Amino acid sequence: MELLFAITLGVLTTSGLYLMLRGRTFPVVLGITLITYAVNLFLFAMGRLITGAPTIIGPDRDYTDPLPQALVLTAIVISFAMTAFVLVLSIKALSELGNDHVDGADR
Amino acid sequence: MNHLLVLPILLPLFTGAFLLLFNEKASSHKRVCSTAATLLLLPLSAWLIAVAGQGQFLTYALGDWPAPFGIVLVLDRLSALMVMITAVLASAAMIYAIRGDDARGRNFHALFQFQIAGLNGAFLTGDLFNLYVFFEILLIASYALLLHGSGRERTSAGLHYVLLNLLGSSLFLIAVGTLYGLLGTLNMADLARRITQVNPVDAPLIAAAGGLLLLVFALKAALLPLYFWLPRAYAGATAPVAALFAVMTKMGVYSILRVYTLLFGPEAGELAQLAPPLLWPLALATLALGSVGALAAKQLQELVAYLVLVSVGLLLAGLSLGRTESIAACLYYLIHTTWITGGLFLLSDLLARQRGDTGSALVAGPPLNAPLLLSGLFFFGAVSIAGLPPLSGFLGKVLILRSATLPEARWLWPVLLLSSLGLIIALSRAGSTVFWRTQAVEPTHRKVDGWRVFAVAFLMSGSVILVVIAKPLTRYLDQAAEQMMSPGAYIEAVLQETPP
Repeated sequence: MELLFAITLGVLTTSGLYLMLRGRTFPVVLGITLITYAVNLFLFAMGRLITGAPTIIGPDRDYTDPLPQALVLTAIVISFAMTAFVLVLSIKALSELGNDHVDGADR
Repeated sequence: MNHLLVLPILLPLFTGAFLLLFNEKASSHKRVCSTAATLLLLPLSAWLIAVAGQGQFLTYALGDWPAPFGIVLVLDRLSALMVMITAVLASAAMIYAIRGDDARGRNFHALFQFQIAGLNGAFLTGDLFNLYVFFEILLIASYALLLHGSGRERTSAGLHYVLLNLLGSSLFLIAVGTLYGLLGTLNMADLARRITQVNPVDAPLIAAAGGLLLLVFALKAALLPLYFWLPRAYAGATAPVAALFAVMTKMGVYSILRVYTLLFGPEAGELAQLAPPLLWPLALATLALGSVGALAAKQLQELVAYLVLVSVGLLLAGLSLGRTESIAACLYYLIHTTWITGGLFLLSDLLARQRGDTGSALVAGPPLNAPLLLSGLFFFGAVSIAGLPPLSGFLGKVLILRSATLPEARWLWPVLLLSSLGLIIALSRAGSTVFWRTQAVEPTHRKVDGWRVFAVAFLMSGSVILVVIAKPLTRYLDQAAEQMMSPGAYIEAVLQETPP
């Protein structure tokens, strides 16, 4: 499971980085989104990957660390808001600058 | 537990939320409310300084959860100082903004308050993830503030700024996640304690996380390869916003100082001294290139943006010397440069208003309406920021130069002195263009707004006050630097306190 998880993270991050380096705002926003997905999964994995265990310390000795899940929740909310903001900003840039290049002008 | 400690965060946060309830336009009620909340931060920060000055650490456990488990706010001399710098700067920017700039867009006051809440929170928090959250609060407020007033230039500069900072936030989270995965805590004091006992196998990973954090903070502080977003963004922003942003780069400097003295400080074993070897050459290069940029600037506000860069270069160069005296000297310079660059941003807008269509472009324009007053203010600010005696810039630079010892001093002295020379040339060229090379046309007859002048003079007067109170101030800063260099007391205060 760890290997699959790590490969997923790697693929998400590389695709995200590639898209971020493109010249148009839409691929860049998609790239940012992919990177935030990768980051959220990474944060989640930092509590170690355990299946079928509760997130509280009970009579069982097995438990999942709840803290990374709380962190991921915060990170999801923030990245969601930021993505919404950057989408609106790109549309504003498109209408004001007349094109969707990140520099505001086609070279 | 003293609840006043959480007030610098809650006061602007609640004021901002309250202001959102009303219509989007800036009305006089909103102005009074927002200004009152901002000015209230002044006595509050004075109280924080007085408490921190006694040398004790004040901690505040949010929700009464004890330290390594819950989030704590920690007040030490450094964080009290930063809150005070922000309060003064924000008051001046607010006084300037309520004279009309706040009506150029929507919800200016609410955003302004959220920005202050984010800044104060980031300065006061003792938890790494909480630092990330406050970073995001101040960033999202700054995105919207940067776009305040609209316009093509702002939108395109804003896009770069937002995208870069979003990537920065992702890297911040990766670093935080790595640290948590390896050390099992996010409280900065607890992290510092665990890093000293770290398993040597994990050390390279922790160093990688530390490097990522440095990258993120360097992006906020605008260090050399990461500063290209700054001049356009700052030159494009509305004047009070640009003035408030003068403390944003210092936020990055503060985070570097906090994390690399506490987490990777002198007691961190093999992970100590992670940042200085990387920072030192980049900071010197920023210092040099910033002054080149200042010489090449085509606009007054762009020139001031490069002055911000120069100050960041100097501050980080001074910090990477890693000595107690140099940290104290840098803190002195930090107060000076934040206030004066903030004042210069406001002043350049004041000048642009007088020059009609010429705006802040550095070309011959119409003569000014109140040349003596405005040129006097500009001269004062220029002398102060270039580092000529008798103002605070001179004192700050001398303190930093004096704290450098030989192998480093060989690099710092020439670079700093040459960049100061570059600044003197750039500023005198700008000043003579604006005030003397005027076209032979009628002045624009726009009255100089008294309150706006007051806001500029308020910030500029800081330069004189810093010199007058230099002795008690440097004593405070020396003690602050000693606190930073021996993080043991900080760690004990945060972790061993049992809430009453």
